[in-house]
Amino acid sequence: MLDTTTQRFERLPDAPGVGYKPQHFQDIASDPGPVGWLEIHAENYMGSGGRPLAQLRHLAERFPFSVHGVGLSIGGEDRLDPEHLARLKHLVDWLKPASFSEHLAWSTHESAFLNDLLPLPYTEATLARVADHIDEVQDTLGRRMLLENPSSYLAFDESTMAETQFLQEVARKTGCGLLLDVNNVFVSATNLATDPVSYIDAFPLDLVGEIHLGGHDEDEDDHGAPLLIDSHGREVADPVWTLYEHTIRKAGPLPTLIEWDNNVPEWPALEAEAVRAARVLQSTPA
Amino acid sequence: MTVSQSDFRAALLDPKAQRPSGLSDGKGDNAGRRFDVYRNNVAVSLTEALETAFPVVAKLVGTQNFKTLAGAFLRAHPPASPLMMFYGSELPAFIAAFPPTREIGYLPDVARLELALRQSYHAADAQPINPAVLETTPTETLMASRVGLAPSLRLIRSPWPIHAIWRFNMVEGAAKPEMAAEDIAVLRMEFDPEPVLLGPGMADFVEALTNGRALGEAVESASLSPDFDLGRTLALLLAHECIISIGEMT
Repeated sequence: MLDTTTQRFERLPDAPGVGYKPQHFQDIASDPGPVGWLEIHAENYMGSGGRPLAQLRHLAERFPFSVHGVGLSIGGEDRLDPEHLARLKHLVDWLKPASFSEHLAWSTHESAFLNDLLPLPYTEATLARVADHIDEVQDTLGRRMLLENPSSYLAFDESTMAETQFLQEVARKTGCGLLLDVNNVFVSATNLATDPVSYIDAFPLDLVGEIHLGGHDEDEDDHGAPLLIDSHGREVADPVWTLYEHTIRKAGPLPTLIEWDNNVPEWPALEAEAVRAARVLQSTPA
Repeated sequence: MTVSQSDFRAALLDPKAQRPSGLSDGKGDNAGRRFDVYRNNVAVSLTEALETAFPVVAKLVGTQNFKTLAGAFLRAHPPASPLMMFYGSELPAFIAAFPPTREIGYLPDVARLELALRQSYHAADAQPINPAVLETTPTETLMASRVGLAPSLRLIRSPWPIHAIWRFNMVEGAAKPEMAAEDIAVLRMEFDPEPVLLGPGMADFVEALTNGRALGEAVESASLSPDFDLGRTLALLLAHECIISIGEMT
């Protein structure tokens, strides 16, 4: 059994991590390469037992874990689902991960969970709501959480502030940290015709506790303008690596996750992405 | 102009509905089909979740028909919680009422079996008893005892040969199904649930134990089937590590 009295790993190391997939269990257990930590989607480990929890029990002896929620609906108009929050607390109390993070997005409305990270406008009203929800999560879990920037496909006419300003304000009001998804920055900037480097430069990097890198697909909108889709189904694109290098040069080394959730490859392909991230991290003095 | 999440949600789930206004491409033009990225994410991800959860149903109706079924189902029954591992509990009833599938009598029970396999996979772990306990306990005490079964055990009783249908679609070289009513127990040794065909009376026996009746009462109820074999039944449950306690009735 896990030792539930102490937190095994206090923080994620400034090393590459990967989104954990059960098919990689043997590979990771025998030789993780440069991978120093693992991330799981909280909702996949909310069953009562069986193989998923047994694998976690085993891996948590050796690796720091990040629990990444995809279902809290922090940006939702409705109140947070108390049952879901209780399930999350149960998981976090049991696993004692080094980090917990969620998204600036909503996914549940009027009791329907839509299984996607849906966008919200950036206004004083949504800022107050998101901050209240984060206060509730942090109070319930008894720990600080990280909030992730979304990938955007469209903008709201009603928004009154920039996303970077919105995130900074949420963090200031709640004391939460931020998770910077560099692929999301690139996807949103391309889709909304803004400059990704300016976004990074405006981002409160001192609040970042974790970086995400993932692959995207390319499509186009009604006018033939590029429309990138945050699909997590392939390698991280080259311009995203360049943006990541810029980020790490400015911020210093940070725990960096490779996300590959669809068309999940054999371990060597995922490990190669971690190796690439490790090279960037090592080229920067701590 | 504010876009409420109710408007957003309604347009997401109905591809024929007008897209919400007040959304742009960031350059001053209407968002247009950019909204469809979200529509697509919702429909595709939920359809994939159902395909993963119900592979035999998908095989029986065919990929294209399954997508039609899934599309209708996810709009009528979007997930009620973020636990996608349990999504689809209303699918058997939906199949039974959905015009293109309602004539396929055995299909709802196949869906029930696939649901049971998933529930079993994620059920709580439990330590099986040492089989020797059965031999060392006096018969009279045993018959008055309550027998605890593993939380991963599920029972499916069907007027259709669903075990044979499941095997025919999942196991290479399995025999073609022939018409028969079948009872199945989903039994999980360690981590992998397995559908096991039950003999006469066994389902009554398991049902009685699940309802908290004493072993003797369960035997009585199962013995309404003249071919019920207690020894074989206990051996089956023990072999699959499904008996987790023998204790006094409370």
